[in-house]
Amino acid sequence: MTRAILLALLAHWRRHPGQALTLVAGLALATALWTAVQAINAEARASYAEANSLLQPARAGTLTAPTGAIPPRTYAALRRAGWQVSPVLEGRLDAGAARVTLLGVDALTYPALPVPDDTADAGNPADVLLPPGRLFADPDTAAALTRADLPPVVPASDMPAGVVLTDIAVADRLLEAGGRLSRILVATDQPAGRPLLSDIAPDLVYRPAEAQAGTEGLTRSFHLNLTAFGLLSFAVGLFIVHGTIGLAFEQRRAILRTLRALGVPARGLALAMFAELLAAGLLAGLAGVGLGYVIAAALLPGVAATLGGLYGADVAGSLALRPGWIAAGLGMALGGVVLAGAHVLWKARDLPVLALTGTEAWRLAGARGLRLQLAAGVALILAGWLAVWLFDGLLAGFACLGGLLLGSALLLAPLLAGLLRIGARLARRPVADWLWSDMRAQLPGLSLALMALLLALATNIGVGTMVSSFRLTFTDWLDRRLSADLYISTEDDSRTEALRQWLIPRAESVLPIRSAALRLGDRPGRVYGVIDDPIYRATWPMVRETPGLWERLSAGEGVIINEQLHFGAGIAPGDDLQLLPGWTLPVVGIYADYGNPDPQAITSLDTLLAHVPDLPDRQLAVRSADPPALAAALRDAFDLPADAIMPQAQIKTLSLGIFDRTFLITGALNLLTLGVAGFAILTSLLTLWTIRLPQLAPAWAMGITRARLAWLEILRAVALAALTALLALPLGLLLAWTLLSVINVEAFGWRLPMYLFPLDWMRLLALALVAAALAALIPALRLRRLPPADLVKVFANVR
Amino acid sequence: MLLDIDDVTKTYPGADRPVLNGVRLRLDQGDTLALTGESGSGKSTLLHLAGALDRFDGGEITLDGTALSRLDDTGRARLRRRTVALVFQQFNLMPALTVDQNLAFHARLAGRADPAWIDRIRTRLGLDGLGARYPEALSGGQQQRVAIGRALAMRPRLLLADEPTGNLDEDTGAEVLSLMLDLVADTGAALFLVTHSDAIAARAARRLHLHHGRLT
Ligand SMILES: Nc1ncnc2c1ncn2[C@@H]1O[C@H](COP(=O)(O)OP(=O)(O)O)[C@@H](O)[C@H]1O
Ligand SMILES: [Mg+2]
Repeated sequence: MTRAILLALLAHWRRHPGQALTLVAGLALATALWTAVQAINAEARASYAEANSLLQPARAGTLTAPTGAIPPRTYAALRRAGWQVSPVLEGRLDAGAARVTLLGVDALTYPALPVPDDTADAGNPADVLLPPGRLFADPDTAAALTRADLPPVVPASDMPAGVVLTDIAVADRLLEAGGRLSRILVATDQPAGRPLLSDIAPDLVYRPAEAQAGTEGLTRSFHLNLTAFGLLSFAVGLFIVHGTIGLAFEQRRAILRTLRALGVPARGLALAMFAELLAAGLLAGLAGVGLGYVIAAALLPGVAATLGGLYGADVAGSLALRPGWIAAGLGMALGGVVLAGAHVLWKARDLPVLALTGTEAWRLAGARGLRLQLAAGVALILAGWLAVWLFDGLLAGFACLGGLLLGSALLLAPLLAGLLRIGARLARRPVADWLWSDMRAQLPGLSLALMALLLALATNIGVGTMVSSFRLTFTDWLDRRLSADLYISTEDDSRTEALRQWLIPRAESVLPIRSAALRLGDRPGRVYGVIDDPIYRATWPMVRETPGLWERLSAGEGVIINEQLHFGAGIAPGDDLQLLPGWTLPVVGIYADYGNPDPQAITSLDTLLAHVPDLPDRQLAVRSADPPALAAALRDAFDLPADAIMPQAQIKTLSLGIFDRTFLITGALNLLTLGVAGFAILTSLLTLWTIRLPQLAPAWAMGITRARLAWLEILRAVALAALTALLALPLGLLLAWTLLSVINVEAFGWRLPMYLFPLDWMRLLALALVAAALAALIPALRLRRLPPADLVKVFANVR
Repeated sequence: MLLDIDDVTKTYPGADRPVLNGVRLRLDQGDTLALTGESGSGKSTLLHLAGALDRFDGGEITLDGTALSRLDDTGRARLRRRTVALVFQQFNLMPALTVDQNLAFHARLAGRADPAWIDRIRTRLGLDGLGARYPEALSGGQQQRVAIGRALAMRPRLLLADEPTGNLDEDTGAEVLSLMLDLVADTGAALFLVTHSDAIAARAARRLHLHHGRLT
């Protein structure tokens, strides 16, 4: 019996391979979108974790010096006092084909040594310690180590990209560090009875293990963005799966009714369909996971750039197939099938032998449904705002976003119905009249697809506005922050002084860039000392200022802080900021400092030197009437290496390049979402096809040609898409506002001004209309070519 | 001569016998003609051909001086829009439009909407007060009357009706037919109607029977 039913159901697919294809393609597309986002997410997460665990072993605190370098005797003193510590020397190294980060560690005490890919390669463990030593790097980075005087390289795939690990003695030689250390790792478990750190090494700053979460917090927020996108794609995916299954059901209404009439029990039918849907889900899920993998791999260079650019973490630019996200993708397909199929199967269970024809059923469900949707939508949006109002934090922000999105999706159909009613009232010609009324009648059948479109468009506008606002603000900020013409770095203080003396008579102004690593608002941060120069007053990107700010600053009677410190520690102008024990200054202003995760402050150089005497003096900012000439003269006079002088334009290009790549991925995913939403419209239109013909045939009989009807079908889809886009615009802007002033502050610690980009909206609108027109094209062409005999059949006796 | 069906044959694709096989029929202004025949004999098919809906394989149909076989899609659509009106067996109202919009739709398409005339039809058909309703909220008999009203509102030269009383009880059917005959007389159109019922057929001026694809 079951076999016979299944065979009858399957026979349908064999006769209509196109319909089978739509079912599988819909399921696969939804799964692919979800899988791609998850794959990217998982890969970025894994790579970041890998990099983090190697560079900053989780179970260790660190000691750093405000001056940047720790003398070897401090380390020796710590060991003698019984502290379990491990020295680290880090620097940039020209390795031949590329510049890499060289990490010198003590192989005996370092807590996270890499594992060689091939243990035979590693040779005798003592080789690592004995000259010439060994370098550990992942195979890609290893290939770039072409300099002749480097020790042999051992490939180790668990090394993060761009980082080379070696024994500290080797690193000292290669970096010519002269025994100084970059930082000292402090194990969490220490023997009892040792003297206090502050007694042995009073000028070092101790960061406990947890306090290093600064970059992790940032990365988490990036992941959060991805996860939010993943959830959205899941929602859009469910819409499609639902539509596709509805289509599969609708197309086989006739055969189902025949089977019922032949005495097949409704339950047997439902079971058979369920089995069939699960099989389709499994098949399509696998295909979707494969497709998602391809998409993810194609997007991954972008993902790597995003993470690397924004947070300075290298992500391996290749993708490994992870069982976790294969399972998640399949789960999405099957779960979606069960969820979306449940209501369709419910219909199959109750399928009367003589069912209502489509429209009546739609409309009966419609009127009451619209009111219910209106109420539910408003309630959801209010609940979201209530969450922000009652609770703080990222989660509340996301609850607000979710409520906004879902609530608006529910509001869509009632709002569209209202707009269409107005349109119908304005229509004068009979066909226009019919067009408006008919769109309203179509709403219940299309609303799911239109919701998918609304969400896709709103997210596009929202994320697009956020990203573009970010970029614009950032460019402006770069202009102001990099207001000097040349930036010069040197290796030591005396050389800087020599350069300064040479430059002063030749340049308009020479500004020092000197800073100390201090704790600010309980987090490790940096304090810069500036001299009094009009350039700061003219260009520094202040967000908030108080009267006489620069005067107080240069008098050493005030400090300005970045937004991260302002939001992170809740410090505002008028408050006092403690820079060191016993040194407190009033905050006189807040400035923008995008892209920097850490707290920062600026005061006068003299005051800073008075409290932190050993500030390194390694960087100069120079303003000049003719920067290229000055740079050339400087190179000739001092024989400076090529990268010692950075022209401002070059810095800007570099920064903007990194920044633009950062949001590459958002655009790609947006396009994908839109395509998927277009597919949702297509499946809905195909689903409605069977009930559409009886609605169109009378109009044809009364003298509207098939060609005209086909055009009207396209026009209708485009008009509905346009109206949906109209509603998506305010929603998207609201979304952007939430992202910029709720999510961003929670995640990054800075609030961005919001800019509007009408041109982007126009482009998006055009895209949406094209997607809708393309989706309507297939049914329209089918209508255009429909033989009159098929239309006449609608009027024949047989029902 | 309003309608001239001359030796028309029609075979549906996939069928082994023709539905219509050499059908001849003429209809003048003011004529009323009833067509009877068994179920499946091709009555609806003939009506649809006369209404320029479907194509035929042989012979010629001339409607209001125009040979249908020479018309393209647009030409046939224009005839349907302006010259003929059909009352379908299943009513086939426009589900998205209200009763009033349905009543006026064909007339507006034809460019002949006359509010006073439509008001008269609505009243005579007993549809007053139902104008704002949608078709699905009407009974079968009411829908049937809207379908007839829609056809008459555009003042067709030829009114084609496919079992217009088939879904009505005998009394209502007789009443609706009276209305149609009256209104046809009012507008000077020709009426070509298909029916099962001898009583209905008897009220038409002429009566034909379709059997094995031929008229007798
Ligand atoms: N559009 C169509 N396509 C194919 N066959 C049709 C179509 N319309 C009617 N038929 C077939 O043609 C024959 C005549 O149908 P019809 O004209 O509806 O008969 P009647 O109206 O006299 O009951 C029937 O066998 C029917 O199945
Ligand atoms: Mg019939």
